[in-house]
Amino acid sequence: MPIARDDVAHLARLSRLALADEELDHLAAQLDVIISAVARVQEVAAEGIPPTSHAVPLVNVFREDTEVPCLTAAEALAAAPAVEQQRFRVPRILAED
Amino acid sequence: MAGELTMMTAAGLAAAMAAGEVSALEVTDAHLARIGDADDRVRAFLHVATEQARQAARAVDQRRAAGEPLGALAGVPLALKDVFTTTDMPTTCGSAILDGWRPPYDATITRRLRAGGVVILGKTNMDEFAMGSSTENSAFGPSHNPWDLSRVPGGSSGGSAAAVAAFEAPLGIGTDTGGSIRQPAAVCGVVGVKPTYGGSSRYGVVAFASSLDSPGPLARTVLDAALLHEVMSGHDPCDATSVDAPVPPVVAAARQADVSGLRIGVVPELSGEGCQPGVLARFSEAVELLESLGAKVAEVSCPHFSYALPAYYLIAPSECSSNLARFDAMRYGLRVGDDGTASAEEVMSLTRAQGFGAEVKRRIMLGTYALSSGYYDAYYGKAQQVRTLIIRDFEAAFEQVDVLVSPTTPTTAFPLGERVDDPLAMYVADLCTIPSDLAGNAALSVPCGLAPDGLPVGLQIMAPVLADDRIYRVGAAVEAALDSRRGHRLLDQAKGLS
Amino acid sequence: MPTAALMPFADAVTRYEPLIGLETHVELGTVTKMFCGCPARFGGDPNTLVCPVCLGLPGSLPVPNRAAIEYTIRIGLALNCTIADWCRFARKNYFYPDMPKNFQISQYDEPLCTGGWLDIWVDDPAADGGSRPVRVGIERVHLEEDTGKSLHVGGSTGRIHGADYSLVDYNRAGIPLVEIVTKPVPGTGALAPEVARVYVTELRDLLRALAVSDVRMEEGSLRCDVNTSLAPDAVQWGTRTETKNVNSLRSVERAVRFEIQRQAAVLDAGHRVILETRHFHEDTGETTAGRSKEEAQDYRYFPEPDLVPVAPSREWVAQIRAALPELPAARRARLTAEWGLSHREFSMIHNAGGVDLVEATVAAGAAPADARKWWLGELARRANESGAELAALPITPAQVARVAALVAAGTLNDQLARQVIDAVLAGEGSPDDVVAARGLAVVSDEGALLAAVDEAIAANPDVAAKVRGGKTAAAGALVGAVMKATRGQADAARVRQLILDRLAPG
Repeated sequence: MPIARDDVAHLARLSRLALADEELDHLAAQLDVIISAVARVQEVAAEGIPPTSHAVPLVNVFREDTEVPCLTAAEALAAAPAVEQQRFRVPRILAED
Repeated sequence: MAGELTMMTAAGLAAAMAAGEVSALEVTDAHLARIGDADDRVRAFLHVATEQARQAARAVDQRRAAGEPLGALAGVPLALKDVFTTTDMPTTCGSAILDGWRPPYDATITRRLRAGGVVILGKTNMDEFAMGSSTENSAFGPSHNPWDLSRVPGGSSGGSAAAVAAFEAPLGIGTDTGGSIRQPAAVCGVVGVKPTYGGSSRYGVVAFASSLDSPGPLARTVLDAALLHEVMSGHDPCDATSVDAPVPPVVAAARQADVSGLRIGVVPELSGEGCQPGVLARFSEAVELLESLGAKVAEVSCPHFSYALPAYYLIAPSECSSNLARFDAMRYGLRVGDDGTASAEEVMSLTRAQGFGAEVKRRIMLGTYALSSGYYDAYYGKAQQVRTLIIRDFEAAFEQVDVLVSPTTPTTAFPLGERVDDPLAMYVADLCTIPSDLAGNAALSVPCGLAPDGLPVGLQIMAPVLADDRIYRVGAAVEAALDSRRGHRLLDQAKGLS
Repeated sequence: MPTAALMPFADAVTRYEPLIGLETHVELGTVTKMFCGCPARFGGDPNTLVCPVCLGLPGSLPVPNRAAIEYTIRIGLALNCTIADWCRFARKNYFYPDMPKNFQISQYDEPLCTGGWLDIWVDDPAADGGSRPVRVGIERVHLEEDTGKSLHVGGSTGRIHGADYSLVDYNRAGIPLVEIVTKPVPGTGALAPEVARVYVTELRDLLRALAVSDVRMEEGSLRCDVNTSLAPDAVQWGTRTETKNVNSLRSVERAVRFEIQRQAAVLDAGHRVILETRHFHEDTGETTAGRSKEEAQDYRYFPEPDLVPVAPSREWVAQIRAALPELPAARRARLTAEWGLSHREFSMIHNAGGVDLVEATVAAGAAPADARKWWLGELARRANESGAELAALPITPAQVARVAALVAAGTLNDQLARQVIDAVLAGEGSPDDVVAARGLAVVSDEGALLAAVDEAIAANPDVAAKVRGGKTAAAGALVGAVMKATRGQADAARVRQLILDRLAPG
């Protein structure tokens, strides 16, 4: 099933990628080809086969509830594009949480 | 003297330093000089940490002089893929979005190297966020194959492979998610290993595909790779997916190098269609060689391996679409478009559009698609089921044989620019390596000769989960036999830098 | 902005059946965060309680806090849930600046605990004994990580709308958060707002008893979202709204009440209730529209690849169960039986925060009725006056028991007892100290009493005459005179008896 350009534009929005029109066209064409190729997995009969999320089967890996030294605020903020009042300054947020 | 030092193996250098024949500083300076000579052509390094390396080397010399116990690779220089966090060097992951980023913490592997006295010469080039098979996806330009500078060194750990092949460092570290250590190793004519998943800590390794990423060693000999494997591996409480078991005895296995009586399986699904004739020829010879060394060879079909590539190109992008969401201009890295009126959402989108390259964007969108409600079951869900079937294929195969073999990659190094516009053609380079990433088992690539085009071919050896020693045993046997048959080292034939 | 139209509450619940559901987020009181060793502390200088993991720095990896898992199982068991044999964490993907990774590690289709309930008692004049039991079904209890906190700068309200930019502090990011989701609660009718409030109150008390959180709504360690919908009949449920920013128990009740009234008005006008998130306003008691939920967010959940599954052994679960304290429901059942109270009566003690106090007073020897009388009577009044909590009053259950004992023994009467209590509260010492120091003991010396009685009779001859004449009611004035003469330190009933004996005809 080919993927429509609108769908690709939607994916770009969901992924926070501001693509220019030509880029969108180009990527849409490529994605279409790739999706058709990877869709081959649907040929495999996998009735009753459990999916694998972890190749090596470990369970119950925990840490104890004891403190470990933190970063200093200076270290945490060192690479920040903008800082104010020892916080990360970010542009105005549109969406309500 | 400097020229000789750069020709030596890590084991040889370690022994020479231990014997007091040469200092760590001399060794480091020799390699820095080589980088100065060759890297304008190879472009393996994104950042050469001259001062830090010399300081680290001096510290090793001081400790040795003071009679302190030192690690097996103390003083040996190493090229570190730029995906590992280092506090004293930038960590860019080959991406414009992290250009100049200085992490406030070291990766566990970085710490282990430093604790072991290994000298990190610098950070090497890679495909952006480990996505690619040629380093052409690096935001800072590709690296070049020392065998032929007009060709790719493979990827995504192409920088580390090229550095080792160009004698700029005896050791390299990369990460392997779909083949990104083994494939560059094969096309550069060096040894590359993907340990059992979880065998080497991922803490501080910028994530591409979490359930697949595997840090591993690159070197010019199997023994050197084994020595590095031991230094960098082992359980890490900071990584919940890290294996809590002793590191398999890889160094002992590399020294043993005996395959008599070993059962070896050839996987037809990985050694036919799509493979260059020259690659197949060297591969067949390698299999015959193994037989002549006493191994028993049989064909073992792994039917679901033909679906490994599409499964991988659903699972990896899905995980990466999520892993790369954090690059949003809010806390570190590139910020674009913050003119005081733009919203956070706009700044995020503009930054990511500018900061990410085309392949990364493709995979993010592919992953977002595969995880979308309505598509999850048919794509991501299905791919994870195929993954189970691949794991079962391996388990069934390893009941019949001790190791599986195949060519590491279908072709020799392709020319720069040949596949950049054809993503699918690029993906095919991972055909033979992907199954082991999906299943998490150990795999190694060892050079097994040159194709008629004069370029190196790699033999891939695969062993069950936690049986990493087996791949070293077989790899060392092949290496020893081929070296003795050839009469000189393979890399002596590399014409690219002469 | 014009206020929404509202239908009177009584009409709304007559015409429409309300359906409520609650989602509560609880910050666990573990020492460290969910996936890293940073302190899980409230307050602290901005961005000083952070590390690569909770900042989501490239290359960082989460490792789950064992204590958080245990606390969650504890909560699940206390809510009668089934604890999963095997479950995983999942990534909930969306972009928001207070979430460092732009995904939240949570649980999706494999929560740690499922299918439980919490029994609550709601005051209902129409019910037997004035109190109605409601079983609130629990859909699931799962574990996730909290986000950072943003300050929105530039707007007039401090909220997002109209802000110029925001400042983010990640100290809170990564603190373990348990999400408790109820099943929809039908059949509450006019009691819906109270049911919601009582549920949150009981849940809060339960969590406190389990010592898993300090559950302070005002500090955000207990957060509540309320879902409300109306149905014209019991067959089909209407569209629900989710109300957020409900920061106190009272707000829970007010929010439900408002939504019922608002939605009823919407339906009555022939419109549709919109599936949306609403924001509750403390000052006005109203809700206003927030984000539309019509286009439900696709969070693209998938199992968290950086974490391995959690498979709590049945032994571990049994250990946790064995260590549970007496749960509020069991305690209620026990004490109502022991004290011979109705559920409504127990609720009164419970709502006043007096259960522990009454229980301790009974343990110190008082009769339950007496303990209850003092704590819910005089002491509750004093607490209200000073704006303090009952438990904060400077008097101990043992002391209250002593006062009750003194009254029972006849040493004090009620009036004197009140004086003793006041004195203890004022810091004059123990009840015995006060009685001794102030000489407050009831005059028990018959001779002294008789003398006082005779004096009163002599001083009030006409009243005495009336009593002699058979008007025993008139004795009251003489009792008063004796009480005054003895400065209240007489047993009024005894005095009255003495007077009547003295003035008995013939």
